[in-house]
Amino acid sequence: MTDLVLENLGVGTLSGVSLTVPGGQVVCLSGASGSGKSRLLRAVADLEPHDGRISLTGTGQQDIPAHQWRSRVVMVPADSQWWFDKVGGHFADDAGARLPSALGFPPEVMGWSVSRLSSGERQRLALWRALALKPEALLLDEPTANLDNDSTETIEAWLLDEIRRRQIAVLWVAHDPAQIQRVANAHYRIQGTTLERVHGSD
Amino acid sequence: MEVIDLAWWKLGLAALLVLALAATGYLARLGITRNLLIAALRTLIQLALIGLVLEALFASAAFYWIALMALIMLLVAGREVVARQGRRLRGWWAFSIGTGAMFVSSFTVTILALTVVIGPEPWYAPQYAIPLLGMMLGNTMTGVSLALDRLNESVWRQRAVIENRLMLGQTWQQALEDIRRDAMRSGMMPSINAMAAAGIVSLPGMMTGQILAGSPPAVAVKYQILVMLIITVGTGFGAVMAVTWGGRRLFDDRERLRLDRLVSGVL
Repeated sequence: MTDLVLENLGVGTLSGVSLTVPGGQVVCLSGASGSGKSRLLRAVADLEPHDGRISLTGTGQQDIPAHQWRSRVVMVPADSQWWFDKVGGHFADDAGARLPSALGFPPEVMGWSVSRLSSGERQRLALWRALALKPEALLLDEPTANLDNDSTETIEAWLLDEIRRRQIAVLWVAHDPAQIQRVANAHYRIQGTTLERVHGSD
Repeated sequence: MEVIDLAWWKLGLAALLVLALAATGYLARLGITRNLLIAALRTLIQLALIGLVLEALFASAAFYWIALMALIMLLVAGREVVARQGRRLRGWWAFSIGTGAMFVSSFTVTILALTVVIGPEPWYAPQYAIPLLGMMLGNTMTGVSLALDRLNESVWRQRAVIENRLMLGQTWQQALEDIRRDAMRSGMMPSINAMAAAGIVSLPGMMTGQILAGSPPAVAVKYQILVMLIITVGTGFGAVMAVTWGGRRLFDDRERLRLDRLVSGVL
């Protein structure tokens, strides 16, 4: 059973962050902009110096090489980056054939040039790029920010299905209360320098 | 064939031409007069001084004087590499990496060329060692500074791309792959272009000088080929080392991109 555990994590102005994300569950993080949500995700991905202990199913973050940690705990940033000319260059060879239909792309998408993708298309492909790595934990930074309402719900449903099926532990930064309501198993909000659990239906 | 020595007053004739150019620039308000005159004056003083130093050095030919001269040349080149980078590593890192890369590559290649290829007696004979090292250092300096400048600038601009690649579990070497290739290309390009154009577009300066000094062109050409080959090798290995060490320093032991280790601005 996968478990992403944060113990007494401190990064930037945040401190004393402790929480557990069991495999197959989504923990949502919310807070005002600039409150440090993205930085918290970056610390969990070990891209940012931080205090405290983070572990995945018993393996400490600092006990394995950083790139190994990041291939098991994959972060999808709010603004995904593409460095090759063609979409296909960013994926393993068979990722095009396995492209999920929920994303709404034809199989030829792998031959498209990145410059003709809209921001919403990039965001959907960035999610698949991360999932194709078969991560044990996912760190999603506003994964549906550039999507319209219809495709937001389609993508949410697809993501939740993959998360449950593969038992992935997910930290999901969101600001839309309705989305949090739909996807979260637990919800924490950043209040000042600490993380507070939000109970009930808000 | 006897070399025709130049009397100092004849150099004055060339200097008069520079003054004429400066006067033209001043009257036409081209804004080059000041820089032109300062640079011409620097050439005059620096070369006159180095002439004296080389005369003394050739006369004594003691190993420690030659080693001291080589060390001074290396340190000045190292400072120049730092000054030519728009963004550079904080603290002594920029100087150490540039100077270290130049030292290992140009000294190794120069000593190899002296002992194995040319073989003067003794191997450090200043008539061969100093000009050869000077050419090596001058070109390696250009290559290393271009490569490091490109490396640091690209990393600075492409921060988001590098971090996204790290987020997908790539090692720092993989995340830096394209940038490293670009940096190497920009460091090597001057040497490769010079080799491609040699003899057709341009007659390289050293060969020209040797022919002016009375060497048969066939000998001068062989020296020129040797020099261009070892310059390219020295520049290439220098750039490889500088880019490898500089790239490593931009990441910490957890393979995080550390842009806080870069500073910008002129020296």
